[in-house]
Amino acid sequence: MCDLKRLAEIAKRVRYNTLYMITKAGSGHPGGSLSAVDIMVTLYFNVMRYKVEDPFWEDRDRFILSKGHACPALYAIFYELGIIKKEELDTLRKPGSRLQGHPDIKKLPWAEFSSGSLGQGLSFAVGVALAGKMDKKDYYTFVLIGDGESQEGQIWEAAMSARKFKLNNLIGITDRNGLQIDGETESIMPIDPLAYKWRAFGWNVLEIDGHNFSQIISAIEKAKENKESPTMIIAHTIKGKGVSFMENVVDFHGKAPSSKEWEIASVELGGDSIE
Amino acid sequence: MRDVYGETLLELGKIYPNLIVLDADVSKSTKTISFAKTFPDRFFDVGIAEANLMGISAGIASTGKIVFASTFSVFASGRAYDQVRQSIAYPNRNVKIVATHCGVSAGEDGAMHQAFEDIALMRSISNMRVIAPSDGVETRKVIKKIVEIPGPFYLRLARPATPVIFDESYEFELGKGTILREGKDGVIIACGVMTYIALEATEILLKDGIDIGVVNMSSIKPIDAELISILSKNYRYIFSCEDHNIIGGLGSAIAEVLPPTEARLIRIGINDEFGDSGKFEELLKFYKLDSSSIAERIKEVILNDRI
Ligand SMILES: Cc1ncc(C[n+]2csc(CCOP(=O)(O)OP(=O)(O)O)c2C)c(N)n1
Ligand SMILES: [Mg+2]
Repeated sequence: MCDLKRLAEIAKRVRYNTLYMITKAGSGHPGGSLSAVDIMVTLYFNVMRYKVEDPFWEDRDRFILSKGHACPALYAIFYELGIIKKEELDTLRKPGSRLQGHPDIKKLPWAEFSSGSLGQGLSFAVGVALAGKMDKKDYYTFVLIGDGESQEGQIWEAAMSARKFKLNNLIGITDRNGLQIDGETESIMPIDPLAYKWRAFGWNVLEIDGHNFSQIISAIEKAKENKESPTMIIAHTIKGKGVSFMENVVDFHGKAPSSKEWEIASVELGGDSIE
Repeated sequence: MRDVYGETLLELGKIYPNLIVLDADVSKSTKTISFAKTFPDRFFDVGIAEANLMGISAGIASTGKIVFASTFSVFASGRAYDQVRQSIAYPNRNVKIVATHCGVSAGEDGAMHQAFEDIALMRSISNMRVIAPSDGVETRKVIKKIVEIPGPFYLRLARPATPVIFDESYEFELGKGTILREGKDGVIIACGVMTYIALEATEILLKDGIDIGVVNMSSIKPIDAELISILSKNYRYIFSCEDHNIIGGLGSAIAEVLPPTEARLIRIGINDEFGDSGKFEELLKFYKLDSSSIAERIKEVILNDRI
């Protein structure tokens, strides 16, 4: 379990490698990857129980990246864990690579779920958590969804079922960065008041700053205390976090930085101190 | 193709005051955004909600309007399949589903974004007509044609810009294929991006003394059964060519109307597998759908048969 200082160091490297991979690939989704880094780093390096050498270990906590386009961040974390080799960072989005454009469990079972079609991860997570109850396992299931993704009807079908099955072993996190592809969530298809919606569906709801490690940790601790219901942590984040010209810029949802932009970004992400 | 779609929608928007366009958070990619900017009152972005997209489109169409609904082909055909079937096709609603990023053209996004099944899914729905134009000119002609024909259509557009095949004098006719090149040893029937690749393949084959014709069959449903029947009499080999699973796509559609014949049908496409990440051209090679791989395959078939 890493302390806050270590988490910050890891997150810094993860941001750097995330953007490095996307730049090298020439395509990908920097905005939503960078907004989710701190949440995912906290889960993998402070919260979750797992064995790197055995992705199928039955008692592992599960992390499901429902907003699959943020997978470069996941791959950068897998690199930290030694699952991915350094050379592989250059193969993102190339034919045959384990680092597919969206997570592919046939190539990389640690990813838990082949996402990419938005709105499907929460139902899968409900199934995993429900099976955990049936098998009397004490693992937790974490699932990260996008705020735009929350417009999919299936999210709310899953929301109802998680409550019905009293899945207090299910912890959802919404990456509330306020943006989707076509613009701001609140102008494309409003999802607010988001916390009220989840509460109305019977979930325990917490709102935090999604870039604050101690808030993320304590929210998860609180979620685990709940005996009745699933928890949704609404994590307020900044899309493109860490790169000045990407922050809150909708165009960097699905656009790789140019080599010039990478020069600037890599410095901002602390490039000189990495390697 | 996508850019042409955006431009043509703009043109049509001026002519048809009852033309409505819907998208599901991918308007910059499908290019419906240009219509959205010019006709904001007739454009609706429903957010990331493809089932809702199709349902709302059906409802709007029920009041006598022409609706164009766009998203990526994998979601238009798969995610919203039931809504397309029940709300659009069954009541024969005037909804034109224009799906972009079809087949391998979804590229680096990988398997989850690459629809290799959309022709099969859409083709098997009664009332639904399926068109896969082969270049920008044809895309424009098709859109202008189908806006005049009531009822549902599924238009399958590729992501990358493709070489121009047709000149402006070309007229698209529903249910008609176009002979682009006559040959002697066999004929390729292709659709979508595979048409220009097929043309390239024939050039390669000519160097080996193999003379292959090319037919563009953008109208997959209804298909040109009459032309296929003629081709089966004139050619010993028919090669279907598509960036789609060979199960259920263009090749299957051809097989369904092929009369009892001496001709052999060889289906070239995705061999019943899921996609992979890569650039469009890389993936064509990966799946042996680039011009040299296709030429190689055809050569092999023909030479082996001669022995
Ligand atoms: C079912 C489905 N529809 C559309 C898309 C295309 N798409 C990819 S990312 C995205 C926007 C996602 O927005 P959000 O969930 O807010 O993600 P984030 O802002 O965290 O990147 C869309 C529409 C998709 N991947 N899946
Ligand atoms: Mg978002």
